[in-house]
Amino acid sequence: MAGAGRLQARFAALKAEGRAAFVAYIMAGDPDTETALEILSALPAAGADLIELGFPFSDPMAEGPPIQRSAQRALAAGMTLNGVLETVRRFRERDQTTPIVLMGYMNLLLTYGLVAFAADAAEVGVDGLIVVDCPPEEADPLADALDRTGVALIRLATPTSDDARLAVIARRTAGFIYYVSVAGVTGVKAVDTAGVGLAVERVRKAAGLPVAVGFGIRTPEQAAAVARVADAVVVGSALVDEIAAGLAANENVTSRVLETARRLAQAVRSVGQATVQA
Amino acid sequence: MNALPTPNDYSAYPDRAGRFGDYGGRYVPETLMPLVLQLEESYEAAKADPAFRAELASDLTHYAGRPSPLYFAQRLTEHFGGAKIYLKREELNHTGSHKINNCLGQILLARRMGKTRIIAETGAGQHGVATATVCARVGLPCVVYMGAVDVERQAPNVLRMNLLGAEVRPVTSGAATLKDAMNEALRDWVTNVHDTYYLIGSAAGPHPYPAMVRDFQAVIGEETRAQVLDAEGRLPDALVACVGGGSNAIGLFHNFLNDANVRLYGVEASGRGLDTGEHAAAINGGRPGVLHGNKTYLLQDREGQITEAHSISAGLDYPGIGPEHAFLHDVGRATYLSATDDEAIEAFQLLARLEGIIPALESAHALARLADVTRDVGKGGIVVVNLSGRGDKDLAAVAEHLARRA
Repeated sequence: MAGAGRLQARFAALKAEGRAAFVAYIMAGDPDTETALEILSALPAAGADLIELGFPFSDPMAEGPPIQRSAQRALAAGMTLNGVLETVRRFRERDQTTPIVLMGYMNLLLTYGLVAFAADAAEVGVDGLIVVDCPPEEADPLADALDRTGVALIRLATPTSDDARLAVIARRTAGFIYYVSVAGVTGVKAVDTAGVGLAVERVRKAAGLPVAVGFGIRTPEQAAAVARVADAVVVGSALVDEIAAGLAANENVTSRVLETARRLAQAVRSVGQATVQA
Repeated sequence: MNALPTPNDYSAYPDRAGRFGDYGGRYVPETLMPLVLQLEESYEAAKADPAFRAELASDLTHYAGRPSPLYFAQRLTEHFGGAKIYLKREELNHTGSHKINNCLGQILLARRMGKTRIIAETGAGQHGVATATVCARVGLPCVVYMGAVDVERQAPNVLRMNLLGAEVRPVTSGAATLKDAMNEALRDWVTNVHDTYYLIGSAAGPHPYPAMVRDFQAVIGEETRAQVLDAEGRLPDALVACVGGGSNAIGLFHNFLNDANVRLYGVEASGRGLDTGEHAAAINGGRPGVLHGNKTYLLQDREGQITEAHSISAGLDYPGIGPEHAFLHDVGRATYLSATDDEAIEAFQLLARLEGIIPALESAHALARLADVTRDVGKGGIVVVNLSGRGDKDLAAVAEHLARRA
């Protein structure tokens, strides 16, 4: 089972468990290829139900400082899009069940070739793709390429999406919808935990898919609050910040990231049972 | 490049999806899409509103000082010994460059849309000064993102912006130049979508910006057409303009796109030389890709990572070019040449000495190709160069460059 199928299976299993998914975001190649793979491989045991793996771009216009710096570290260490796919291939040698979604920017995919990328991503075991600067208006060539492979094109919904816009977003998407909980870049503003429930309901209704919430969640408390209303809780900047802090303090970055991931996963798992609807 | 069908009407672009052939589009994060669509709708409505057009025309006349003169540069013409050279004097506009044309248009639009905060990016500071100026005039707060390197090399314009009440935010990421300033401006916009208007100065970015900025700058070509007909009784043989993002060039070209006998030359900045890799020539040294909301020619490595541009001119120091230029290049309607830092400095000095005009370093790139263009066009021909800005802001950079070379 792969692609959108692996995502569906995971969300179905979580629904049966009656809880939300914890989605961990890290950047491939940060701080270097091997350490990132070590972190990635250990994330499922630390409680990550899904993994978002960033592919680094020189000009990440929707990222705040933590993920900008993460991309810079990865690029300085020589990470390439081929290297990202190789990282997924090596992860899949030992884990065939945890879905992996790649997240990044359009120019690298165009350079690689959309059809070739879709085929290669499917082959190494990528299940979904989020392209931050590719709205539905520009996405048809990418969606066509992905359709042949079963890799899900995952779209973003935001606080600026009205119902008419949600209908546009919901077309040609699969797996889940990523709800950007704050108007802003990653890792800067905090999620409005009180308001996010209504938004998730609206998006879920429009798309008929599970809704993951991200962009403003850093603490176990925020993660737990969002887990009560969403199908998945995404944390990125707080994890990559541990890499930066570990490097600065000359400490083991892998254990720092995993420790934070564990705390967040526990928070997500501590709530929910009956309140999660999908 | 790909063989595209020759269009019957070059001025009919972009299409409804914001495309100039394969270029342009709206490659922005979803948070911005509703805003970008709303901007397009508001701009279309404004364009069709006689009151909007009248107010803009009045501002261009009474505030910016239009029309700008078309000046016959006799000594420059004699120096090269070829075609007659006319300078379109955009440097005489209020704020010292063509940038005010676009800012006056967009600030009216921002007010129509009820926006209460203006942001902009700037390289040389000319667009930043023009934006700060129109914000001061209408009483709106203004934040200008500027690469930290540019803050240093264009200090006079930073002082101007501060004096006009704008907040200049130095950007230290990347090479700390125009590309990085644009990244930060986009991040600000994403964060403050509800009240903020992003006043883009280049004919680049997501649709409708490339078309809108072009339309507001098209006054340059409209006036040039009437002025050259008045002076010479015929259209020019060639138009020459520098190209970074390309707003002054497209503003000059637009009115002449369907005049097949008028040759169009854009001049990119080739920095230390195209073969050194240290340049800002997106068409001559790049390939198509997606950055900052549009598909266009970009400087990038094999992987698709955007590479740093280099030019002595802060206003041209950008790794991309407006999508309409990418299109005009591919279909062969315009020709994109390049000029190095050294050539631009020489042209800068030449114009000062022969005509008593100190051009912006950006405009000096266009002047630097005049030897070739006037020779190709030949005696009896007419060439119009867009003198897009004045060079007061560049004196320190030029002095430093000359001292290093001496």
